[in-house]
Amino acid sequence: MSYTANVVRERGRYGPYGGRYVPETLMAPLEELERVYAEARADRSFQAELDDLLHNFAGRPTPLQFASRLTEQLGGARIYLKREDLLHTGAHKINNCLGQGLLAVRMGKKRVIAETGAGQHGVATATVAARLGLTCTVYMGTEDMDRQRLNVNRMRLLGAEVIGVEAGSKTLKDAINEAMRDWVTNVRTSHYLLGSVLGAHPYPMIVRDFQKIIGEEAREQILRAEKRLPDYLYACVGGGSNSIGLFHAFLGDASVKMVGVEAGGRGKSLGEHAARLAAAEGFLGARPGVLQGTYTYVLQTADGQIATTHSVSAGLDYAAVGPEHAWLAEQGRAEYTAVIDEDAIAAAKMLARSEGIIPALESAHAVAELARRAPKMKKNEIVILNLSGRGDKDMETLSRYV
Amino acid sequence: MSDAAIPKSSAGTQTPAGRTEGRIGRRFRELAEAGELGLVAYITAGDPSLDATEKIVLAAAEAGADVIELGVPFSDPVADGPTIQRASERALRSGTTLAGVIELVRRLRAHTDVPLVLFSYFNPILQMGIAKFAEAASAAGADGVLATDLTPEEAVDYRATLHAHGLDTIFLAAPTSTDVRLALIAEFSSGFLYLISRTGVTGERAALPEDLPALARRVRRTTKLPLAVGFGISSPEHVSVLGGIADAAVVGSALMAEIEKARTPGDAVSAVANRIRALKHAARAGISKRSAERT
Repeated sequence: MSYTANVVRERGRYGPYGGRYVPETLMAPLEELERVYAEARADRSFQAELDDLLHNFAGRPTPLQFASRLTEQLGGARIYLKREDLLHTGAHKINNCLGQGLLAVRMGKKRVIAETGAGQHGVATATVAARLGLTCTVYMGTEDMDRQRLNVNRMRLLGAEVIGVEAGSKTLKDAINEAMRDWVTNVRTSHYLLGSVLGAHPYPMIVRDFQKIIGEEAREQILRAEKRLPDYLYACVGGGSNSIGLFHAFLGDASVKMVGVEAGGRGKSLGEHAARLAAAEGFLGARPGVLQGTYTYVLQTADGQIATTHSVSAGLDYAAVGPEHAWLAEQGRAEYTAVIDEDAIAAAKMLARSEGIIPALESAHAVAELARRAPKMKKNEIVILNLSGRGDKDMETLSRYV
Repeated sequence: MSDAAIPKSSAGTQTPAGRTEGRIGRRFRELAEAGELGLVAYITAGDPSLDATEKIVLAAAEAGADVIELGVPFSDPVADGPTIQRASERALRSGTTLAGVIELVRRLRAHTDVPLVLFSYFNPILQMGIAKFAEAASAAGADGVLATDLTPEEAVDYRATLHAHGLDTIFLAAPTSTDVRLALIAEFSSGFLYLISRTGVTGERAALPEDLPALARRVRRTTKLPLAVGFGISSPEHVSVLGGIADAAVVGSALMAEIEKARTPGDAVSAVANRIRALKHAARAGISKRSAERT
């Protein structure tokens, strides 16, 4: 199967998805960002500075670990874990934050704004802001502030201002609305450091480009370890940055199957889950629409109001999905499925005891789906699972289940 | 500017652009001829109910609003400040949908000839279907549409479909818009052009931005369309100043704050009408820049 939209078309379309749907005030900064990014990408010194930070500050490359006990326990395919959880700040989010932080400096912006769900993107942004000498404001739903309190404290310690958002379901979507309102107001001095492959063009492209190092490393590492490509890639999908980061380097490899795992929450009716692409499993309410700058699959009512969502994992608790994922799903290039809260928690416990790794609840969704399917796989098949983050931030939630 | 004679259709004389002059165009032409600054009133439809909105709009037109923007409530109004966010939440709680707002237009048309603009985020329009929306809005008697998060780049089909149904397409221009963008916005706009006075979201502010006159002059160089200035316009003083700068002032959050404060829908009707009378009084005292240039 060919993947024809590898290169973003004009105005950032992935098939019919993507685009740029924003109030006019934001068009000029989006055009500026697109221009500055194109210049930076062609500038060797920019890449050298980013590489240095990724290597010496964030801790790249991350290991590709053979999970021997998990493999044995599940009794099927050989499972490798891409250990993004070992990065500084505890998740893949830092890859994108370093890239965009350098872009902010290049644009002469002294302040960055970010939204955060689980708090991992907020922590990574606050960290990069401190490292690069920028001021930082992070918007976070108050529901998420409660369940990810550790990350709120980390951001504050790093010098960021954390502003709670009371609107809507008090989660990621509402934090993005508020971040966009801040950006539209302070657009001349601030860069919006968007944390996932969401939003208006060029964000889905830029964030993907800064995250695709995950798959590039994993591809080299698996070829070294197994002398062949993997059969399957597994990753959780909230906005979709860690999954696109893993998938992207393999899109041209037709034999590599990709599975994106969404949040199945606590039920299949609208409002009870965050499964935008896993409609085949009976999750209701997702249709193509426009939310927060991009045309993609969105959980919404019949008359176009955006639905509230639910997931035990704050980082997956979002009504839309990155437009490139919508296109990968439509083409059948990647498969999307969903895992319910309960199974994600069970998977977190399983990984803790089999491999000595406490995963973030987001990543635990991918582990759960793999646990369901791996026993039916052949013993010579190879799986890479992106362990996108670590579970320290989730200890309050997890401790209720221990 | 009497509403006594209500024509069945907004068909009129041809504009230079080749499109038929609609209610919006005619109203702005009459304002220019009278040397009077227009007043555009934004009302979130369905706050607190569509029945209340019907009465509020009729009272606003009676009190002197030249154009009414009917806000279609949306769950995620990223361009709006707290006042209109709260109004949208109340409107959604009362069960307001885009179809319901179009039905309200039909009811209003039986009583008034005031130009009506549907002011919506793009997703509700997209979910109805652009063609179905344009047909329904036009048949109901709407005159124009402004989609807050739709820029010309994404609006080629939208514009063609709306124009085919005789609807004006109003686009936003912003302080950050480059001259190249302003030209594109002007090309895609009909009826009037809505200039955002400042970077930021909707909501009342103490003073107009100092660079507004220069911004308005920059927009004027790219278009002959009437220019309505909004965001942060709330007081008669603001409106007086705009007389020398723009063709119309847009007032929204100040009206929605009156509706929020009112204890009954009846109080909301009179509070909005009083506010509009005060603003229109100031508008009549101001002189439209364009008519001043012509005379």
